[in-house]
Amino acid sequence: MDKQRRKFLKVAGATALAGISAPAVVKLTASDALASSEHAAPAADAHEGANGHGDAPKGIRLGLVIDMRKLYGKPELLDKAVAACNKAHNIPHFDNKKDEIKWIWKAPFENVFPEHSQYHPADTAKDNDFLVLCNHCDEPPCVRVCPTKATFKIEANGIIAMDYHRCIGCRFCMMGCPYGARSFNWFDPRPHVKEFNPEFPTRMRGVVEKCNFCGERLAKGLEPACVEAVKEDEAITFGDLNDPESEIRKVLAENTTIQRKPSLGTKPSVFYIV
Amino acid sequence: MIEKVLKGNSKYWMWLAFLSAFIAVGAICYLRQFIIGMGLTGMGRDLSWGLYISQFTFLVGVAAGGLMLVLPYYIHNYKVFGRLTILGEFLAIAAIIMCLMFIMADIGQPLRGLNMMLHPTPNSMLFWDMMVLLGYLGLNIICAWVILTAERKQVKPPKWVYIFVYASIPFAVSIHTVTAMLYCGLPGRHFWLSAITAPRFLASAFAAGPALIIIACLIMKRVANFDAGKEAIKKLTTIIMYAALVNAFFVGLEFFVGFYSNVPGHKHALQYLFFGLEHHGILYNNLVPFMWTSVFLCFGGLALFAYMKITKVYNELLIGIGCAGIFIALWLDKGLGFVMGGLVVSPLDEIVEYVPTANEIGITLGIWATGILLVTLLFKIAVDVEHEVEA
Repeated sequence: MDKQRRKFLKVAGATALAGISAPAVVKLTASDALASSEHAAPAADAHEGANGHGDAPKGIRLGLVIDMRKLYGKPELLDKAVAACNKAHNIPHFDNKKDEIKWIWKAPFENVFPEHSQYHPADTAKDNDFLVLCNHCDEPPCVRVCPTKATFKIEANGIIAMDYHRCIGCRFCMMGCPYGARSFNWFDPRPHVKEFNPEFPTRMRGVVEKCNFCGERLAKGLEPACVEAVKEDEAITFGDLNDPESEIRKVLAENTTIQRKPSLGTKPSVFYIV
Repeated sequence: MIEKVLKGNSKYWMWLAFLSAFIAVGAICYLRQFIIGMGLTGMGRDLSWGLYISQFTFLVGVAAGGLMLVLPYYIHNYKVFGRLTILGEFLAIAAIIMCLMFIMADIGQPLRGLNMMLHPTPNSMLFWDMMVLLGYLGLNIICAWVILTAERKQVKPPKWVYIFVYASIPFAVSIHTVTAMLYCGLPGRHFWLSAITAPRFLASAFAAGPALIIIACLIMKRVANFDAGKEAIKKLTTIIMYAALVNAFFVGLEFFVGFYSNVPGHKHALQYLFFGLEHHGILYNNLVPFMWTSVFLCFGGLALFAYMKITKVYNELLIGIGCAGIFIALWLDKGLGFVMGGLVVSPLDEIVEYVPTANEIGITLGIWATGILLVTLLFKIAVDVEHEVEA
């Protein structure tokens, strides 16, 4: 009798355990969780070089070409682009460098392109700052390392986006990003927003944020704020890198462009003409 | 068995009170961080991981180090470790709880921690690290409790528990391997992007864990009348020597690859850690004294052990000093140098040095005190059960 009861309890326990863990298993095997393996462009990898892009995958992949030739000697234009972004996205201002939040900012050539060392740098590289922002990589390491899918790739347009409400603030994405494009809210950012823009949400303390290619403006048919800010000088071209007819493809075809740290295989979508 | 922690002499209570003072300070510091923000730490935009994560990494190693007791006893039937395996398992439990506390102290939105489980993400190594840590914690709780209960009742442990014991062996390896994978799979972090990171972590873990257990045994021999046995201690020092030497060998290999290949990215972290790194005319060398202390303590401890082996001297004071030296050396190497050295050159090629703030150190000490308190309580249970059986 007693033995039978024990046996029954064992079987019942095992069944209950299996029942409890089933939802997690289903969740894991469902397509959502494994999405990252799906969008690795299948045939492309075979015939691309170490830093090549291979065949363009299907769908839209938004990107930027920054034509620095039109920005040399005009630091005010860089400031204008940065200010436009700061205003559009309620980016707080902190005096202490370690607390800074930056989506797009300017930095010297040697910092932006540490892999492109020059023995005697050209004057243009020595005397000018360069624009830095998230590269919206085609193979983003930040998305790969995020433990909660709080940062993810929007498959419809290639933008690497953030869910500020899901982010737990582990900052693993900041470790994964080889471009220093991400910022963490070390303090409550709201008191440090100078000019509040009701069109875009402010963030809370303890989450990571970064450039979103102005997804909220694109939805309204507007161009990204930085692109619009330097529109008159035609310094930044924005568009679909996968569309052979697009303006950005024309610019890429006509000019030699460079990317930041291409050897890491992240496939950045931001290009520079220097 | 839990009631054992409620009975003790005045020294026991004074020790707990001493630790509680640190825990109280840590709790207040954490409350400040919880209310004001992570900005109270020394971490910043360019150096966004610091003391918490490096302590976590080191303590995963301490937890995995228990393997060096469990494996010889259960796989090779090495009876001498019979009285020690339970200590290894209890140490692992306390170390993993400390790891989880350091993770909670490190994340910006601790109340959202469950998102890790609500949105499981198999492509993130942090997800797998959580899985193996919780798994190893569970296995150790089951094994330690069931085996200790059986010992108390003076019966053989039930056979089914051995499934968990054997499972805990690969799990111990996995916790530190996956923790290494948090670091060694990141593009653009040259110091970490090394296939030898995981083996190096394991080697230092297999020295640091047993070193801590020997220190605990030597203390308990004096205050709790618990004798682990001369042979067990001697065998453990041999294990520590091999593991510490392998770790030093791996560090040497990192030096060779960096300096012989002459690739700047591979050299920078080592230069910064051991010699100071010059950038735009400024020399950055905060950690140089710590790293050389680590080197001297490690080789000093090894020399002490070697001396005792050759002359066949068994001196508990010398063993204690050797173990403490090696433990501190490995803490400096992994609990300080590894994370901070790897982050000193930012992705934009700027040098940013990190100095933890007082608040951050308060939290860190508080968590360490909590861990030591847990170890004290668990070891007290184990030792009291032994005394009860002997009586």
